[in-house]
Amino acid sequence: MTDLTKLTIAKAREGLKKKEFSAPELVEAYAAKMAENRKLNAYVCETTEQALEQAKTSQEKINRGEGGDLEGIPLGIKDLFCTKGIPTTACSNILKGFVPPYESTVTTHLLAAGANFLGKLNLDEFAMGGSNETSAFGPVVNPWSKDVPLVPGGSSGGSAAAVAANMCAAATGTDTGGSIRQPSAFCGVTGIKPTYGRCSRWGIIAFASSLDQAGPIAKDVRDCAIMLKTMAGYDAKDSTSARKEVPDFEKVLGLDVKGMRIGIPKEYRVDGLDKEVAAYWDKAAQMLKEHGAEVVEVSLPHTKYALATYYIIAPAEASSNLARYDGLRYGNRVDGVHLDDMYINSRSAGFGKEVKRRIMIGTYVLSAGYYDAYYLKAQKVRRLIRDDFIKAFEKCDLILTPTAPTAAFPIGDKSMQENPITMWLNDIFTVSVSLAGLPAMSLPIGLNQQGLPLGMQLVGRAFDEESIFKAAYCLEKDVNFVGVK
Amino acid sequence: MAIDTETVRKIAFLSRLRVDDDKVQATEDEFNKILGWVDQLQEVDTQNVAPLVSVNENYLQMREDKVTDGNMPEEILANAPMKEYGYFAVPKVVE
Amino acid sequence: MSGMIINGKTGDWEVICGLEIHCQIISKSKIFSGASTHYGSDVNENVSFIDAGMPGMLPVLNKQCVRQAIKTGLGLNAKINKYSEFSRKNYFYADLPQGYQITQFQYPLVGEGFVKIDLEDGSSKNIGIERIHIEQDAGKSIHDISPTKSFIDLNRAGVGLMEIVTKPDFRSPEEAGAFLRKLRSIVRYLGTCDGNMDEGSMRCDVNVSVRRVGETAFRTRNEMKNVNSVKFVMQAIEYEARRHVETYENGGTIVQETRQFDPLKGVTKVMRKKEFAHDYRYFPEPDLLPLVLDDAFIDDVKSEMVELPDAKKERFVHELGLTPYDASVLCEARETAEWFEKAAKGHDAKKVANWMMGDFFAMLNEKKISLEESPITPENLGKLVELVTSNVINGKTAKDVFVLMAETGKAPDVIVEEKGLKQVTDTAAIEKIIDEVIAANPGNVAAYKGGKVALMGWFVGQVMKASQGKANPGVVNQIFKSKLA
Ligand SMILES: [Mg+2]
Ligand SMILES: [Zn+2]
Repeated sequence: MTDLTKLTIAKAREGLKKKEFSAPELVEAYAAKMAENRKLNAYVCETTEQALEQAKTSQEKINRGEGGDLEGIPLGIKDLFCTKGIPTTACSNILKGFVPPYESTVTTHLLAAGANFLGKLNLDEFAMGGSNETSAFGPVVNPWSKDVPLVPGGSSGGSAAAVAANMCAAATGTDTGGSIRQPSAFCGVTGIKPTYGRCSRWGIIAFASSLDQAGPIAKDVRDCAIMLKTMAGYDAKDSTSARKEVPDFEKVLGLDVKGMRIGIPKEYRVDGLDKEVAAYWDKAAQMLKEHGAEVVEVSLPHTKYALATYYIIAPAEASSNLARYDGLRYGNRVDGVHLDDMYINSRSAGFGKEVKRRIMIGTYVLSAGYYDAYYLKAQKVRRLIRDDFIKAFEKCDLILTPTAPTAAFPIGDKSMQENPITMWLNDIFTVSVSLAGLPAMSLPIGLNQQGLPLGMQLVGRAFDEESIFKAAYCLEKDVNFVGVK
Repeated sequence: MAIDTETVRKIAFLSRLRVDDDKVQATEDEFNKILGWVDQLQEVDTQNVAPLVSVNENYLQMREDKVTDGNMPEEILANAPMKEYGYFAVPKVVE
Repeated sequence: MSGMIINGKTGDWEVICGLEIHCQIISKSKIFSGASTHYGSDVNENVSFIDAGMPGMLPVLNKQCVRQAIKTGLGLNAKINKYSEFSRKNYFYADLPQGYQITQFQYPLVGEGFVKIDLEDGSSKNIGIERIHIEQDAGKSIHDISPTKSFIDLNRAGVGLMEIVTKPDFRSPEEAGAFLRKLRSIVRYLGTCDGNMDEGSMRCDVNVSVRRVGETAFRTRNEMKNVNSVKFVMQAIEYEARRHVETYENGGTIVQETRQFDPLKGVTKVMRKKEFAHDYRYFPEPDLLPLVLDDAFIDDVKSEMVELPDAKKERFVHELGLTPYDASVLCEARETAEWFEKAAKGHDAKKVANWMMGDFFAMLNEKKISLEESPITPENLGKLVELVTSNVINGKTAKDVFVLMAETGKAPDVIVEEKGLKQVTDTAAIEKIIDEVIAANPGNVAAYKGGKVALMGWFVGQVMKASQGKANPGVVNQIFKSKLA
């Protein structure tokens, strides 16, 4: 029998329908794979027994010819999604032991569609990081690692690693500045951050409210389409959620890209861009061209300011969003004589270094006397960055860029540890898209000389994920990427 | 804009985070490195540019005034590190 | 002139005061959650996950709170802003679960307006309104149950508030008192706030400074938080103004600080200074989009406006002929005014007003009951007045009937019927009695005819006695005059 864990959602769905295997068998196969790969540290909480129960119910539905779009499909959930009755920690000590009495909207959709949850996936603490090394549960190991353990990227590092190592059929991720796309690239899997407002943020632990967006990480483009269709949708409980019809993204897969204009932003040819990354970028453009797409140069002149803008706005919002973790109503409390002592003790013990750094930067840029120079300035530059995209999209229908400037790097990399800015530079191709609120996908384009995957990013207009899916599906067929062995 | 030790302490207090005395200098240095880096934004001409508050192009939707929530003190208190008589409990707040 | 001048050692000083009033909005559910606003529920009963600041929870704005604030704005002759924004005010406190208050900062819902206040000397003055913004209330900390712990009840957390900010237009404690009473009357008329300062549904912050008469610039002000009665507000202003004058005249300076009014001692004292001053780090609330209202929405609120006390008073004076004093007493509370209007409908309004201001209020006072509990219905009071004006009973009998109405709740015509109190207007019957009186008192008849006309009162009295009070004194008087002519 074939390894069930290697099946895509589409294939597994077919197999379940045809009774080639059962939903409980599928869960058991994944449970075995999870146990085998426990050293990767992708899961911070395994709920395979519960998944098995869910699978039994799913199987009954399948037997009756019923069931949702994801009936019997085993998924991993980023531990930033609140899951009712299952510990949810954001991989922070401050939330250790927290069991939400509610279920996030996105995971509610997935459950309603029949998905079975295998467990909660590791991430950078509160999604703040690009390597999964800030997690209170320790780093995730990239399944592509050879002699040296490599990072899976972040913050959805556990999600990307679990999908790459076949520890779930697909996973949920969240993306604030690149947290779905960059780990997808590092782990050789496919992930899409939809347009801001596509997926409800209700029940997802907030990092930066104006940027956070949920999306899937999956084995291929089609699985992303299946997952996103279920995850997305207007939610009256999230005031920033968009009242937009969710298209059936699967329908556009296989449609041709003839006449589609693919923009290549000239400013992304940054100095010292990795030669292999640059070569794959050209190759991807060439592939689309061969399918009849037109490749045009576009300009995103404020690109170089995107990182600095992001590292003002995101920490500012985070400093406020994380004020609720005070040890009073839930989470970890370290007592003190007075209330302020309790706050300071609890928060100092509960938050890790990167989170503290960002809270303090955020507090500073919002404080009296600095607001205009930093926060207000960043909001203005944010508009310029978004306007760049609007202008570029007058000349093109999609923008093609590398996802990250390099392939996965070793865990504990010195230069990254010593200078936070070096680490932040990993997001250079992804943050401006987040600031503009646009949809973007990362898909594997090939391996570099060290045999590590590299990713390409396709960026679309707001609420035009369909163009992304169309072009990505086309590229995917040509690339014919083979996952980790 | 460079920040000083006093500002580091003030920001730490506003954040309710402890910066130990022997870490204040390092924190200050790191802050200045980061702030020096973000200072590049000052070179962008933003005259006549309105701040972007939200990428959503719609406006706020309001809900009807109906009682649809609450009545679950057990769930509200379920994760509380300390609770008494149905209240959350904390060290005495002194004014 | 209602301004207060403090005669100092070195000259005359003027009092400058502005108020910030927090009014709890009357709505069924909270401003950002669906939990009930009911007062007096069990501890933490009316709390949603949103109110408790649980991870991943998001606010959704209650339309009714917006309507109520607009209604209040219209009642204060204020500009309604079609564009407004929510902001976060960041600070840590035990009863502030999110670590920030969602409020409005740069763009409030309601802009400038004014309120006309009536002063004791009969003059009136307009007090400027700076703005009204809407925000969420905090929970309650209870400090007196345990010696070492404070307890938190979140029932109040998230209840909608309107913060009404006046211009620094008050020049005396009396003006501030008149304003608060007027404001309370207006919000009660509108049904937007119950205006109970002692229960905390209306809470007042008082800003006070002084300046020498003739000075145009403002001097440093001090703020006194949460002064909880009109009387205390007036006392606090007076105390604080005198303290400022004394300080200046003794060569001291006033520093801007927050003080607390101690109602027992009648003094203000500085609140404990924090290690670092508050820095609220306001920034636009990223979980809520800008609030944009159209004309239809505002017009719909307008259509629900009721006649306000000033307009009602005007009408009572000019259309119903009431004295300005009676009209203002009857109009202070909407219920009283409406009760009066019901009673006066179709009857002599001025007489109804006299009854209400006199016997009726005295009866309520004596029985210690409210208007709603009155055994006398407005319709019955109207009927009583009618019985007098149509000569069915005379004024004296009416007093007795009123007492019986208050005792039994019966209608006046029923009482008159039962007790046979109908006034005798039958001239034949009266004439008979008069003839008897004339026949029995020849001496007085002679004296009257001789010029002692004051004896008429005595004659009428005799007839009234003989008729057991039921004769119509006017008729009696007339017949006597003709018979003795
Ligand atoms: Mg205020
Ligand atoms: Zn306020």
